[in-house]
Amino acid sequence: MADRRESATGDSHATNWTAAVRGILERRLPLSNLLPDRQPYYVGSWVYVFGVITIAALIWLIVTGVVLAFFGPQWWHVSAVGHFVNSLHFWAVQVFFVFMVLHLWGQYFMAGWRDGRAPTWIIGVVIFAISLGTAFTGYLSQQNFDAQWIAVNAKDATNAAGIGAFFNVLNFGQMYGIHVMILPIGIVTLVALHLVQVRMRGVVKPIEPAGSASGAEEAQRRREADR
Amino acid sequence: MTAADGPRPGASSGPPPGAWRPGDSQEVYYAGVRMVRYDLIKELALALLGTAVLVVILAAALSSPDDPPVTIQSWAQSDPVDFVTTAVAELSGQSETATYGPPYNNTAGAAQAIGPFAPAQWAGVSTPIDTAKDFVLDPLGLASAGDPALSSALQTYERAPSSEQQSWTTAYGHALAKGTASNGSVQVPPGDYGPVPRLMNSLLGVARTGGLDGLLLQTGHFYQTDYTRPLLFMGDGSYLPNLAAAQHLTGDQWGMMNETGSYPGQTWLWLYTFWYQVPPFSTAPNADLIVVILMGLLTALLALVPFIPGLRDIPRWIPVHRLIWRRYYRG
Repeated sequence: MADRRESATGDSHATNWTAAVRGILERRLPLSNLLPDRQPYYVGSWVYVFGVITIAALIWLIVTGVVLAFFGPQWWHVSAVGHFVNSLHFWAVQVFFVFMVLHLWGQYFMAGWRDGRAPTWIIGVVIFAISLGTAFTGYLSQQNFDAQWIAVNAKDATNAAGIGAFFNVLNFGQMYGIHVMILPIGIVTLVALHLVQVRMRGVVKPIEPAGSASGAEEAQRRREADR
Repeated sequence: MTAADGPRPGASSGPPPGAWRPGDSQEVYYAGVRMVRYDLIKELALALLGTAVLVVILAAALSSPDDPPVTIQSWAQSDPVDFVTTAVAELSGQSETATYGPPYNNTAGAAQAIGPFAPAQWAGVSTPIDTAKDFVLDPLGLASAGDPALSSALQTYERAPSSEQQSWTTAYGHALAKGTASNGSVQVPPGDYGPVPRLMNSLLGVARTGGLDGLLLQTGHFYQTDYTRPLLFMGDGSYLPNLAAAQHLTGDQWGMMNETGSYPGQTWLWLYTFWYQVPPFSTAPNADLIVVILMGLLTALLALVPFIPGLRDIPRWIPVHRLIWRRYYRG
């Protein structure tokens, strides 16, 4: 849509939504922050790798999940190849959760929410909670004895909380749809948001005892230079 | 000045002039910190490769669990007395499902609640189930086509007063304690059971052929993906729970985090499962509701850790961070 109010200087941020959004992105998330090739020297611990391994496992979960969904829920019970793909999916889930939990504990003991990073922590916990639901609906979608028993056993909790009125764990079609479509979309969206939050602010500094702050004078000088 | 040669812990007191402020750019935030080359994309590529190798090795070496599902047919063939005992309970309205309450029926006082807080009651009956009709009488009605004896037995039962129906099913239910199975039917000591033995043995016969698996899914639609009825029916018996107990899957065996065989299950549900193992949750009649609420609160607490004094300070008190950032603290 042409913006007729654009000024002669081309400064249309006040009236042009596109320019305004671009301005925010350029200011909050420049490419140098989104894909930096330098990090603080203390980003050398294995703890920093837990998050990226979690994402790698998520990618393999999606890839194997797409193959399983493409051939349908019966396929892996009657095909050796299908069973192997299911095994990849099964172990990718285990790797995903092991490293997500390690990432969570690592961030906890690093107090990763400091210096304006509380939203990043909260989104991470929401991703963890949705991942529990995704795994749960996955177990319900197996179409084997384990899925049957989990459904029969778990219905009491969902029904007691009133959730069972619209989330019927005994309804395979509902659980399968939620598992292969709705929750994965939620996880991927929130993981993308989580990563953007991390890259916007950068990794948190090491914990300093109260009253100290490294680089204090330099930070103050740069703030004044920014003004 | 770099972080390596910057002020060391405990150097000053009061609000530091260089502490983070909202709106600080990364240039300001990392002022004085030595930056080194780091390749995020290569790190992700290596992580993808590493996890692929790990997952392929695990899948090739250990495969994945896939115990075949139980069917009404396999249940009726393996344990006909349990099948008939369960079916009689469904017919008389005494089974777990028949007395469950919401979301299956309106059994008074059955919904779990904490005082006036009764979400199951508020949510109401969303999946109405009449166990006598849905699990026994309707399937038998469909199966009775071309079977005048069964049609007659059904008519006799349905036209009898409910008190007489109750008398037959109660007596037959008690007699099943001494029931034996042979030649595809269940025999009990003689008694006044009306048409109930005929109905039950007909249902058993249909179940043993696999017909009841289909009849319980009968909704008038061609396609079907909702297994609520057969799963509830099987859950009311002893056969399915006994198989689960043998695999350490029941609630009092940390079942929700276990898997068939020796495979890892949903181990991440350990805390949820834990509550069911300890009093008062293990004995509370409304344990499910309490545990769900408790886990909801604990999840909210985890999400809000950054704002909760004490919880957010533990990382300072337990110096795991000194291991993680040991290069930094070495200076």
